[in-house]
Amino acid sequence: MIPLLVVLGLIVAVIAWLVGIYNGLVGLRNQVKEAWAQVDVQLKRRFDLIPNLMETVKGYMSHERETLEAVTQARAAVSGAGGLPERMAAEGGLTQALGRLFAVAESYPDLKASTNFLALQEELASTENKISFARQFFNEAVMRLNNKVQMFPSNIVAGMFNFEQETFFEVTDETERSAPKVDFS
Amino acid sequence: MWEQIAANKRKSAFLVTVMALLLGALGYFGGEYFMGKGGGIPGLALALVVWLIMTLVAWFQGDNVMLSVAGAKRVEKKDLPILHNIVEEMTLATGLPKMPAIYVIDDPAPNAFATGRRPENASVAVTSGLLKSLNRDELQGVIAHEMAHVRNRDIQLMLFAGVLAGAISLLAQVGLRGMWFGGGRSRSRRDSGQDGSGIFAIVAVVLMILAPILAQLIYFAVSRKREYLADASAASFTRYPEGLASALEKISRAPEKLASATSATAPMYIINPLKRANHMAANATGTHPPIDERIRILRAMGRGSFADYDRSYMKIKGVNKGVIPGSALKEETGGPAPAREHVSASQREIARQVDDLFYRKDGYRRIECSCGTVLKIPPDFGSDTARCPRCGTTHQLA
Repeated sequence: MIPLLVVLGLIVAVIAWLVGIYNGLVGLRNQVKEAWAQVDVQLKRRFDLIPNLMETVKGYMSHERETLEAVTQARAAVSGAGGLPERMAAEGGLTQALGRLFAVAESYPDLKASTNFLALQEELASTENKISFARQFFNEAVMRLNNKVQMFPSNIVAGMFNFEQETFFEVTDETERSAPKVDFS
Repeated sequence: MWEQIAANKRKSAFLVTVMALLLGALGYFGGEYFMGKGGGIPGLALALVVWLIMTLVAWFQGDNVMLSVAGAKRVEKKDLPILHNIVEEMTLATGLPKMPAIYVIDDPAPNAFATGRRPENASVAVTSGLLKSLNRDELQGVIAHEMAHVRNRDIQLMLFAGVLAGAISLLAQVGLRGMWFGGGRSRSRRDSGQDGSGIFAIVAVVLMILAPILAQLIYFAVSRKREYLADASAASFTRYPEGLASALEKISRAPEKLASATSATAPMYIINPLKRANHMAANATGTHPPIDERIRILRAMGRGSFADYDRSYMKIKGVNKGVIPGSALKEETGGPAPAREHVSASQREIARQVDDLFYRKDGYRRIECSCGTVLKIPPDFGSDTARCPRCGTTHQLA
């Protein structure tokens, strides 16, 4: 009787342990999805802000036709993009086109005095930041999931239930801002 | 970072347990002393009841009291768009389930704090002096530090530890006063003779004197550790340690003192609002690590990862043991810093928004002239019309 109970107890403990690992994996996978949704929300927000921006700068920057058209085209490329890799490339193009537009805007004092433009500039710059931060969190979520999928013992459960590794969201051609390094030694 | 919360919980749980044992011992021996033999258990119960009441009061009133004591006003996106955007950015970086509510305190001393028992109902409060003296990157560093407190569950912990330290100090004071006036049943001790209660008396006296000091020291130690961790987390959220470092530098140089801070609320602020100077004594008796040490660690860390912070911490402090739990170091993606868009003149813009906010709160009317000038009309303005000083257009106020 007692050995039977011990064996039964062990089985229950092992099952509970496996359920815990499984639930942890599901939680991580959901977190990755949720993190991606946040990135997507911000990308959409940027997309929606651009017509407004174009309307505002048009009058001031009539000599910068090329710069403005580049933004319009980059935006069109985003809506026309098919798969995820293609879309990400298009979003990267849009980031660059917008960056150029704001760089050029620096030389238009009238434009920079416009409260409407300043507000839009802050909105767009902040949206760029939000995209970066959401992406950063997404990559961390992917890292946590991938660690669990690869590492023992959770990799056994992951293998049984087909949990797959996710890919990081890398952005090429990014202007990385490095912190100044100060050495006190 | 996920793991880090768990590791923090374990270490802090140990220290809080020590404090709880101190409280229990104080109650037990105090009981034995005042109520005679067998009074230990009722004494223990009394200590627990005091603690429970204080905890409940703090738990259900914590946020509101702190925000109202500080005179904080809730602001929305339309009031301070830049601040709102920064908090939203940090919500994404920290992965908090909900964006904290934003409050502004009209005080020239630059400082900031976070409250909220759970991440779902957290608030961050900043002073108008902070908003006016920092640029966007620096403000982002400060907000990241505050939201790290929310994210790392520091507010909960410091509330809990603070109440424990408070209960210990209260009981010890009452006990010492009782002893001084020869209160309680201490006479019965003499009657009953040598039953060992003399030892209880000695232990009780020692506890009453030492327990509050010890509890305070533990409380400070926990608080300081959380500050380092919040700095490290802020650097890892923003991937830009210089923002926070430069903000701390500016805040520490400001001569103003925060009017509304008390010792109970001090650990929640980004820098200790009560202590200005960097005394050596601040090392053991402060809620915050010395500020120039925090700045030096942030500046020497290079990139924004936990591992960088840990290395820098050990180098600056000259110690072999880091401050970041090992499990947190394994969980990092590292990766490039996010590209940041520089918003030109944002410091002036933030200051303007803060001014507008308080003009509005004071009942000023805001009229945007077609020439781009903004007119601010005081509530007791005598005339029905106002003339734009730049282009001469007359605006109807009625």
